[in-house]
Amino acid sequence: MKNIVVIGGGPAGLEASAQLHRLGYNVILVEKSPQLGGHLAKWDRLFPSGIPAKDVLEKMVSQINGVKYFLEANVQSINLLHKSYNVILNNGITVLADAVLFTTGFDLFPAQKKEEYGYGIYEKVITNADLENWFKTKKDNRVTENPKRIGFVHCVGSRDEKAGNRYCSKVCCATAVKQACEIKQEFPDVEVFCFYMDLRMFGRGYEDMYLSAQKDYGVRFIRGRVSEVAENINKELIVKAEDTLSGKPIKVTLDLLVLMSGMQNCSEGTKVAHQLGIANAGNDGFFETKDAIYSQQHSTREGIFFAGACTGPKTLPDSLSEARAAAIEIHNYVKGIR
Amino acid sequence: MVKFGFALNPSSRIDLDKTDREKFAQLVELEPDVLKCMACGSCTASCTAGKFTPTSVRSAILEIQNGRWQQALDMLKGCLLCGKCTMVCPRAINTRHLILAINEVYQSGK
Ligand code: SF4
Ligand code: SF4
Ligand code: SF4
Repeated sequence: MKNIVVIGGGPAGLEASAQLHRLGYNVILVEKSPQLGGHLAKWDRLFPSGIPAKDVLEKMVSQINGVKYFLEANVQSINLLHKSYNVILNNGITVLADAVLFTTGFDLFPAQKKEEYGYGIYEKVITNADLENWFKTKKDNRVTENPKRIGFVHCVGSRDEKAGNRYCSKVCCATAVKQACEIKQEFPDVEVFCFYMDLRMFGRGYEDMYLSAQKDYGVRFIRGRVSEVAENINKELIVKAEDTLSGKPIKVTLDLLVLMSGMQNCSEGTKVAHQLGIANAGNDGFFETKDAIYSQQHSTREGIFFAGACTGPKTLPDSLSEARAAAIEIHNYVKGIR
Repeated sequence: MVKFGFALNPSSRIDLDKTDREKFAQLVELEPDVLKCMACGSCTASCTAGKFTPTSVRSAILEIQNGRWQQALDMLKGCLLCGKCTMVCPRAINTRHLILAINEVYQSGK
């Protein structure tokens, strides 16, 4: 039986593992954290329709019956032996793999790097991930009852040369609009402001979500990037931006500011890729695929494949499609079909 | 008085803490579609009066959102109610009705 090592137990890793297992391969799934699901496991609901993340994850996990997976595991070393890869894990397991799939996903941009927004300095500044966690658990002292005004800052650590990430993270506009509506469901009287530069509502149903945020929830969209945040003595936040549509500076006092942290390539995954010499990718830090259009799932090395956000920001359905595509590409490769 | 060649200007900064939410709620009551504007500018571009006067539905909506309704009223003074803006609005806002509603809500508030 042929062995396939899948690195990363998020949505792409789970889906690819399930498909490869069905195709008759011996799949070894390696996950660094104590649970499967990646970022999805920490999310509450999914755009555009608000499906619970938990339901989607449960479905995925139920499909990997028979796949061997290791939690709190990572790849210590990986190197080529003849035509297979010798993969050694930190738990002492060694696998001779016929193919290796990277589904290492993304890290959220560390919002404290954008010091002018005050994450980690001012109490009432949180991230998109923090807010998801609050939706899920309702536990976070920073989110207080009866807020008057809440702001969302788009493009935090994205489209920003100084943050080191010039690209757009693709999913955060939709996430901001989703969260803005959800916060209005929680606190109907709150005034919600989204500070955006462009609204990238590209997917099916996303534009409707934007319209609904305006029409049904009265969310105010301000075209202008927040330039700085200060805290007053009551721990409220004074936010400055330009309303670029009127060309005037704007000031607003907020009870909570939510930063839309973008995606960057997973640092753990990058370490493993370094050993194979495939990490020095394009200047955006994501892995370079063999071909930007036709061979999205192939790396530049034989037998090494990619799926999901390790090759650039992706939505969840994008990542799932890539996982299924990768399973077929790996199958073709192992069978010698070109 | 000595003239120094400069004077202090009043601040042009918009303070969103001070917008009148009640009045805006009245406007939404009369014309809920005011919320749907996506600031595309089609209305302003095709406005009959806009070439000669500072008439702009897009800007008027924005001024109201920013709590500057006097500016919005001034901006709509030149409107002929010709309805071209309604024809071109991609969000299907009845801008003509909106203009009337703005006048109704904010004129009385003067
Ligand atoms: S998706 Fe939106 S918020 Fe995210 S980086 Fe792109 S433009 Fe900015
Ligand atoms: S109805 Fe008024 S605002 Fe609209 S196009 Fe005609 S003149 Fe301009
Ligand atoms: S045409 Fe409609 S959507 Fe566009 S700016 Fe005017 S009112 Fe707003």
